[in-house]
Amino acid sequence: MAEEKVETIIVHSAVYRTEYTNKYRNRVRWEKPDDNQILSFMPGTIIDVFVKPGDTLKKEDPLLVLEAMKMHNNMLMPFDGKIVSIHVKPGDKIPKKYVMLEVKAI
Amino acid sequence: MSLKRNILDLRKRKDEVLKGGGEKAIEKQVAMGKLTARERILYILDKGSFHEYDMFVEHAARDFDMDKMTLAGDGVIIGTGTIDGSPVCIFAQDFTVAGGSLGLMHARKITKIMDHSLKMRVPLIGINDSGGARIQEGVNSLAGYGEIFFRNTLASGVIPQISVILGPCAGGAVYSPALTDFVFVVNQISKMFITGPGVIKTVLGEEISMEELGGAKVHAEITGNAHFYAESELECFEQIKQLISYIPWNNTQKAKVREPAKPTFKKKIENIVPADPKMPYDIRDIIKAITDKSEFFEIMELFAPNIVIGFGRMDGQTIGFVANQPKVMAGVLDCDSSDKAARFIRYCDSFNIPIITLEDLPGYLPGVDQEHAGVIRHGAKILYAYSEATVPKITVIIRKAYGGGYIAMNSRHLRADFVFAWPTAEIAVMGPEGAANIVFRKEIAEAEDPDAMRQQKIQEYKDKFANPYVAAAQGYIDEIIEPEETRKMLLHALQVSANKSISSPAKKHGIPPF
Repeated sequence: MAEEKVETIIVHSAVYRTEYTNKYRNRVRWEKPDDNQILSFMPGTIIDVFVKPGDTLKKEDPLLVLEAMKMHNNMLMPFDGKIVSIHVKPGDKIPKKYVMLEVKAI
Repeated sequence: MSLKRNILDLRKRKDEVLKGGGEKAIEKQVAMGKLTARERILYILDKGSFHEYDMFVEHAARDFDMDKMTLAGDGVIIGTGTIDGSPVCIFAQDFTVAGGSLGLMHARKITKIMDHSLKMRVPLIGINDSGGARIQEGVNSLAGYGEIFFRNTLASGVIPQISVILGPCAGGAVYSPALTDFVFVVNQISKMFITGPGVIKTVLGEEISMEELGGAKVHAEITGNAHFYAESELECFEQIKQLISYIPWNNTQKAKVREPAKPTFKKKIENIVPADPKMPYDIRDIIKAITDKSEFFEIMELFAPNIVIGFGRMDGQTIGFVANQPKVMAGVLDCDSSDKAARFIRYCDSFNIPIITLEDLPGYLPGVDQEHAGVIRHGAKILYAYSEATVPKITVIIRKAYGGGYIAMNSRHLRADFVFAWPTAEIAVMGPEGAANIVFRKEIAEAEDPDAMRQQKIQEYKDKFANPYVAAAQGYIDEIIEPEETRKMLLHALQVSANKSISSPAKKHGIPPF
């Protein structure tokens, strides 16, 4: 038997009994971004990967090329650091927010 | 010599145009579950009142062999008629003629009837059912859209503008409806989007159906682009007629006054509202308990239902209601509800419709998503709209009126004309729980039993501040009334406000936080 789910909203420590809207139920919850993950900002295709695990790079060194919206986008190293792992290869079609690479500052 | 021959010739020519895109195209239209453009007009207008113009306009496309084609009326029908005896201008795109595509002459017919409605100061109804720009006519087609958008803007706040989406309305075409006052959509028939599913799939790889992307439900519930949702075209037409009955012809007039009538709602008004301010109820019951015949014509029912907006009548006069809805999201203000209410307040102000505000909210919705979506600038819209409005503005505080929410909901400080409160009203910076936690933080932390101390302090704060008398002592509330007196007080306040006249500093226009 489905138990009745009580929906509440808390404003200034007071708990109000109410119903959520679908839009609120389906909202995207905020998560702290992990700076060490290089995510795709749009869905697209990997054209080229210039690095391999263990490589040491300077800030703004090219990492890979992601084709999205018919544009070739150079993804750059966000800070001086090392490549930890690579999760894509040329030809891969990837969705938005896909972890393409993991890096680490040095 | 008899004129018969000429008359018969005219009739023959008209019959030809009345066939629209021809039998096959009409069959297709019907198969999609849609009425034809002409049928739609006839359903909306009073019987026998429609008069069509520009029947013999011919399209202007000369390239791509288009010059060899005839397009009946160039795919759009324009004319005038009446709804419940009130004159309106109307146009309807005819999907059976070249997919209702918009070319130069098609656009010129629409702008002609728009100019007419603005000049005559009567409402404009536009029925959209079009594949979009007529690509064969190139920039002339774009120019046509631009001319329409410009007129929508010029007419905004002068005449009521109503858009009815009864088919596709995609790309640039969506901006005419978006600029108008009220948008009507019908389930499975209306489709609105800037970029269609095809392009989205190609460039983003996201697969979505037209209905999921820009169907009627989406616009009524999620985007807030639509104001009225119907299950069928006929239901939609009834909604249009009802709306027209509530609004004036233009911004210099008042809506038609009906025969005054008492509410028919049987429940006692004070039994609708739970005493515990943390328990929900349906604010629409309060509205129905005070309006004539208990009728309430709700606008944007599905979008941001934490605030309720719509029209009702009091002593026959149209009133715009803005009310927090404790039943949904505790009635909080957030980005969407602020946006929804602000636009409605401005509509009422433009068209001389007094505004009654029913208040019961804990404040603004907390959350990262809200802050990042710009709740500051969206929330500011409601303050701007209330402050700017010069129509009679009356507030009834039912229960909670906390913090920024209290100020925003047509408080005395934003130049409300009358502010009434029920004895259950609590006007304070925040609810007792939050306030006690801050004011008595030290006492609570140092107590042997912090929870017991907290409860004691909450009670102390409640006794002292959770009432309307502190605000009334400052004159921020005009009168504390018994719930049963609400309608009587509102009627009186409306009567007193009938000739309200105030002025604001001269300016070209303000700069609202759009």
